[in-house]
Amino acid sequence: MKKKFQKKLGIFALCALCIALLGGALAGCGSGGDSTGGGTGGGTGGDSETLTLTNVSYDPTRELYEGYNQLFADYWLEETGKTVTVTQSHGGSGSQALSVANGLEADVVTLALEADVQAVADAGLIEDGWISEFPNDSAPYTSTIVFVVRAGNPQNILDWGDLARDGVGVITPNPKTSGGARWNFLAAWAWAEEEYNNDEAQILDYITKLFKNVLVLDSGARGSTNTFAENGQGDVLLAWENEAYLLMKEHPGEYEVVTPSISILCQPSVAIVDEVADRRGTQELAKAYLDYLYSDDAQRLEAEAFYRPSNEAILAEYGDVFDLNMNLITIDHFGGWAQAQETYFTDGAVFDQIYEG
Amino acid sequence: MKKSGPGKYILIAVCVIFVALFLVLPLVFVLVQAFKDGILPYLANIGDYYSLKALGLTLKTMVICLVVNTIIGIIAAWTVTRYQFALKKVLTTFLDIPLSVSPIIAGLLYILTFGRSSVLYPFLSSHNINIVYAVPGIVLVTIFVTLPYISREVIPVLEAKGTDEEEAAALMGAGALTIFRKVTFPHIKWSLLYGAVLCAARAMGEFGAVSIISGHLRGVTNTLPLHIEILYNEFKYAPAFAVSSLLVFLAIVLLIIRNVAELQGKKREKEV
Amino acid sequence: MQRRRRSRKRVIPGFGVGLGVTVAMVSIIVLIPLISIVISTLHLTFAEFITTIAKPRVLHAFWVSISCSLCAAVVNLILGVLLAWVLVRYQFPFRRLMDGLLELPFALPTAIAGIALTSLTVNTGWVGSLFARAGISVAYTRLGITIALIFVGIPFVARTVQPVLEKLDPTYEEAADLMGAGRGLIFRRIILPELRPAALTGFGLAFARGLGEYGSVVFIAGNQPYKTEIAPLLIYSQLQEYDYGEATAIALVMLIIAFVLLFLMNHIQVRASRRTSG
Repeated sequence: MKKKFQKKLGIFALCALCIALLGGALAGCGSGGDSTGGGTGGGTGGDSETLTLTNVSYDPTRELYEGYNQLFADYWLEETGKTVTVTQSHGGSGSQALSVANGLEADVVTLALEADVQAVADAGLIEDGWISEFPNDSAPYTSTIVFVVRAGNPQNILDWGDLARDGVGVITPNPKTSGGARWNFLAAWAWAEEEYNNDEAQILDYITKLFKNVLVLDSGARGSTNTFAENGQGDVLLAWENEAYLLMKEHPGEYEVVTPSISILCQPSVAIVDEVADRRGTQELAKAYLDYLYSDDAQRLEAEAFYRPSNEAILAEYGDVFDLNMNLITIDHFGGWAQAQETYFTDGAVFDQIYEG
Repeated sequence: MKKSGPGKYILIAVCVIFVALFLVLPLVFVLVQAFKDGILPYLANIGDYYSLKALGLTLKTMVICLVVNTIIGIIAAWTVTRYQFALKKVLTTFLDIPLSVSPIIAGLLYILTFGRSSVLYPFLSSHNINIVYAVPGIVLVTIFVTLPYISREVIPVLEAKGTDEEEAAALMGAGALTIFRKVTFPHIKWSLLYGAVLCAARAMGEFGAVSIISGHLRGVTNTLPLHIEILYNEFKYAPAFAVSSLLVFLAIVLLIIRNVAELQGKKREKEV
Repeated sequence: MQRRRRSRKRVIPGFGVGLGVTVAMVSIIVLIPLISIVISTLHLTFAEFITTIAKPRVLHAFWVSISCSLCAAVVNLILGVLLAWVLVRYQFPFRRLMDGLLELPFALPTAIAGIALTSLTVNTGWVGSLFARAGISVAYTRLGITIALIFVGIPFVARTVQPVLEKLDPTYEEAADLMGAGRGLIFRRIILPELRPAALTGFGLAFARGLGEYGSVVFIAGNQPYKTEIAPLLIYSQLQEYDYGEATAIALVMLIIAFVLLFLMNHIQVRASRRTSG
């Protein structure tokens, strides 16, 4: 009996040791690598000179924020004498939102669409009314959807109708997983509504044909761009305007941008993740970071990265870059994001029906 | 078999073609792409700040994972082969589970366990412990994914050897640690090393599970495989393949160690 | 027998410690996360669970995953036994190099493998262009998925069969040979039965690995619903839609499949060891 007891004691002692060992290992690496996490509390310390901020963003903004973070750091150093380092995270907009909702320590989110920011808000991390916290529906820059075709436009693709033609290979990301792809889908839908006088059956027929022509349905916008450009698949890529022009810049002479007659105004939203910012004491810094996106310098930087600045005057300066005569409809046409999501993208909604048919 | 006709050469040829197509070609492809622009751009690509950070994190993860898994692997293999107890099969099955669990599910498991929606989260956050989307989470999933590799290599060796020597030593009054050090360890040395190499290789290259739990924070929670994906997604193909070649070289080093381990192990077997 | 086992337990010291550590670590690393997924699926009622799993798109993804990894595992089974045979029985130049390369799929990060295989097999790639001439596209089809899974599964069968072949006593073969048995007969009657458990274990491992593989497949699959969408990707995309219920339900089914496979493999191994020791 006694022996048994001793044995049990031994087991427990060792379990404890074991957990301690594992915990120790994790804590050790945690303190080393966790400089953005709660560990530093970098924002609060008045005496600490280096502040950290984490910006969780979506795929195509990599180049934009690389430039902007530098711009903002310079500005902040001049204003307050403090150094800011911004840690970036990029990925599919939906999965990024999910990560934040699950505990990724982001001070600010700059995602592809309102619905994704709203998902973070729904998880209780962002206070209500975030959409009106910053000007222009909290969208400092906008974009739209255009076509990228191979040089010379061999398939003669000029508008949405051409995408449903037989033999045209279309590349777009999956609307289920990619924010950009949802804009693609809605833009196509808007064109079809106009074309077929709101005849539901004809619109559906068109969209079905369009998606029958889709060769590869990548999970994110960048995946599609790589499939189209690097792996040479398909005749036309449905892409963000900024992504299209960036691709042209990276591969001059290989591609052409085609602007369709109707497209959609994409408003990528930004917000402060209040719960994290409050805990880390970075609320003020985060607000300054997002506010500064609307400054003239930042707006020009955004235009250079092929985003349409929300400031009309600066947008006009770049009239030679952007096609300002495009007919852009807004998400309100579809009754807002919640409604659009419900009608087209949730399980069993229109998009699923296309593939079931 | 003494007589070996043309059949032998056909079989060898089939194998050589298969290995060349499936293993050598991808390897060559990565290296060719990496050095496409010459050696200097290659070095510049590797020396990039974020690449080095990612390399550091990958190595750190690999080492921690190796240490933890070696300890668990040895103890588990010892326990399973040296004692009889109830539910032993259940225990070994659980040890092997990570082998057949999708890495995606592994990542999901840890998010569900330690993420914001978990019951543990209030406790963790009140103690300022970050697991998911931080380095500890990456280390944990990597440990999960590589858990079986060492015990799977060591268990068959210990099973084949039997327990007689250990029992004799125990009867002569040796303690568990002494028995392990003096009697058991020399036998499992090389299979242990082999398992450790597999474990290190897998830890270094794990993508799916880590990609779910990492949060992709640049310079903080980006491991080398994730960094490669990012580079690839930034149209930086040459740097992507350059950094890939780093992992390829690491893999080759590990394979060399593995081969040495195997040769030594076989030599020992023959001596015995 | 029972008594002997009991007494053995006491002979070697350190049982409590060993068991304690093993159980503790296995619980922390494997058990607790597994329990949490079961708890998450409990949010769904049984009926909801069934409708989630029985959705055509989900079933299709399972079908793609299972059929492709089964094909890949069969190819690996045949080529794995062949590889093991060639490596053990024949001497030829670069044998050691070939032997050493077999672990490459373990060591090469799956993402790199995926990118490299995709670039090689697209219609303009080194290999893909050859197939394209014959009108076959490899990348972005199920063929591509299968190829990626073959790559990932190469070491499993070869590595489990190799040690068995090494230990196989050649005297039986020689005897049969002397008695005039053909080589095919020798292989079928004498060698194959010995290899079967190891080969099947390797097959099971390769199959299980293929079912769950994500990193290398996601680059080469076209990810089209009803065509080239694999189950792990479906989990991933459900997660991105905040659809935790569905994701965990699919994950749970995959876990159960994994369990069954492991159980079968353990069963085969136990039977095999009984055969050899009995």
